Amino acid sequence: MDNLIGTMARIISYAVILIAFGFANAIIMGYLERKLAARIQRRPGPMEVGPHGIYQLFVDGVKIIGKQLIVPKDVDGVLFRIAPILAFAPVVLPFIVIPFSQKLQARDFNLGLLFIVTIASINVLTIVMAGWASNNKYSLFGAMRSVAQNISFEVPVLISILCIALMTGTYSMQGIVKAQGNVWFILIQPVAFIIYFIAGLAETNRNPFDLPEAESELTAGFHTEYSGFGFSLFVIAEYANMFLVCSIATVLFLGGWHGIPLPFFEYTGAVWFLAKVYVLMVVMVWIRWTFPRVRFDQLLNFSWKYLIPFSLVNLLVTAICIKLFPLLKEML
Amino acid sequence: MTVEQLTPDQKTAEQHRFYLNLGPQHPSTHGVLRVVLEMDGEWVLNPQPDLGFGHRMHEKMGESRSWPQFFANVGRMDYVNAMAFNHGYAGLIERAAGIEVPLRAEYIRVITAELNRVASHLLWLGAFILDLGAFTPILYTFDDRESILDILEDITGSRLTYSYFRVGGVMQDIDDTFITKTKQFIQQLRNRFPMYETLVSNNVIIHHRMKGIGVISQEMARRYGVTGAVLRGSGIAYDVRKNAPYSVYPEFDFDVPVGKNGDCMDRYTVKFAEMEQSLRIIEQALDKLPDGEFRTKVKGKIKLNPGMTSFSVETARGELTFLLIGDGSDVPYRLKIRVPSFSNLSVMPELCSDMLLSDLVTTMGSFDLVIPEIDR
Repeated sequence: MDNLIGTMARIISYAVILIAFGFANAIIMGYLERKLAARIQRRPGPMEVGPHGIYQLFVDGVKIIGKQLIVPKDVDGVLFRIAPILAFAPVVLPFIVIPFSQKLQARDFNLGLLFIVTIASINVLTIVMAGWASNNKYSLFGAMRSVAQNISFEVPVLISILCIALMTGTYSMQGIVKAQGNVWFILIQPVAFIIYFIAGLAETNRNPFDLPEAESELTAGFHTEYSGFGFSLFVIAEYANMFLVCSIATVLFLGGWHGIPLPFFEYTGAVWFLAKVYVLMVVMVWIRWTFPRVRFDQLLNFSWKYLIPFSLVNLLVTAICIKLFPLLKEML
Repeated sequence: MTVEQLTPDQKTAEQHRFYLNLGPQHPSTHGVLRVVLEMDGEWVLNPQPDLGFGHRMHEKMGESRSWPQFFANVGRMDYVNAMAFNHGYAGLIERAAGIEVPLRAEYIRVITAELNRVASHLLWLGAFILDLGAFTPILYTFDDRESILDILEDITGSRLTYSYFRVGGVMQDIDDTFITKTKQFIQQLRNRFPMYETLVSNNVIIHHRMKGIGVISQEMARRYGVTGAVLRGSGIAYDVRKNAPYSVYPEFDFDVPVGKNGDCMDRYTVKFAEMEQSLRIIEQALDKLPDGEFRTKVKGKIKLNPGMTSFSVETARGELTFLLIGDGSDVPYRLKIRVPSFSNLSVMPELCSDMLLSDLVTTMGSFDLVIPEIDR
């Protein structure tokens, strides 16, 4: 009985911390993105609320909570209301297995990586729900684009993850990080990293692959009809998704929490982990504000004609090398 | 034919078809234009523009007012390139009443009109790339455009809808500050061009989005009477400033950039190259600027010659023609305005059929439409 209460308490505290982390990440990233976009566009960005506008996102949060939730006529009421909530839930769940440091991890289990990949693909379902329930043709366009995009970009993501799994022989996130004690996998698998990162951009619907939201074509895509907090849940989910994609990239290729040892490294390794993740996220923001959007058929062609063949070849080469040079694996 | 009479294949095609309203409120129509799209999935089968949301009876107003009363209207038709409309209407009345314009006034007209053309092209450049999904370039082009607006504001008193020209000259003379500021601006913009070229024109995604999209053949361009960069992009070197010169344009040395294939990329390159040509004209005009009167005194009530008079100018979007039928009084009996965007848009139903929605947005962006000008 004691054991059960302890477990329950742990689960609840994990859930609260992770959801709080999801919101905190959205606030940090929201501010960072606005400031960086402003920097790229030679303007100051938010400056009014607090020094350099650091409280802007909190004020925006309060404003957006105060907004009326508009449910247009003729929408599918249940789906329309439930979609933003469901969009947020699956992106917080995978945080459970992310190793922030050696000790800071809610749960480390053998199939951690597969767990993340499985849960993260629920996201597209909520986009379809939102798009379909909105009873708006533009929203439906966005939803349908999102499905096609996710289906075709899930494949290269999985194949490049497989390359790493082949090398380490485990799906456990902690295990993969520990395998990179000597050398980060980005040096051994640069192709896999590039493929993963590009496909990750598409998975998170970020520019230049932001077709589900394509403003100049679909007004706002799947969230055209959303306002107030429903809309902001989608935005928070997008940032959480970005964080997820970048943290998987960090775990798989950039050595996770490995870095210059700090005192209490079992916990402070999180500093290096977060630093790496946010560098990748800044790169994502940078790409977003630099490139125009690709066309839909070009996007799918890019995945099926370039990313998937290249990642398959990469997988094959990895497999052969591991078989031919078993010693290489010992060295890692 | 009813749905029951169709073959099963046709029936499914018929059932898959639906209508999509692009506009009147849509980010990429740049104004109150509504396009009814007949769609099959992402494919546009038949786009039909629906005009008239911004109709303000400018032509009719022109038929009930004398020139001082009507002059403020012409700048409101095409608010992005108001100076060219000023030029067209002032030129029309001068031709209809046989008024001579001092040489200095003509030079000032050319300088301000070309500055305004560059401003219009800069706005188009930013907005077009915004249609392609890149947000950043518009803020840089707006930065450059802002300098032009500041320069023109000092001399004309307004920033967008100018009424600077007068029949017989211009409202006021330009001063030395104007000349130095303009020269500074030319330098500033020329420094910016390499950046636009490397980051925008040479971007691989931009190339993929624009090459081979919305191809207008020469035959098609002639059939629809498209003008401006849309016509020149198809390879027909027609520019009113060269082919039917007005004002003092024959005195300047400038090129008419033309494209080859008539796709969006060609229209883009033509427009981009035109900015440099406009800068060349401004430079030469500033160097040759003669002294003298900036305006001949004319009365508010001018007797317009009976009969037909027309006057064409090259705006940023193409050929603008004012046609006037006078009856001997100071108010035109009929005033017909032939605007470039209207004929450029007319090509859309044929050109954009069987095209992806994204390509339709790109093609519409490359036309550089200004909707209030179409509606007038």
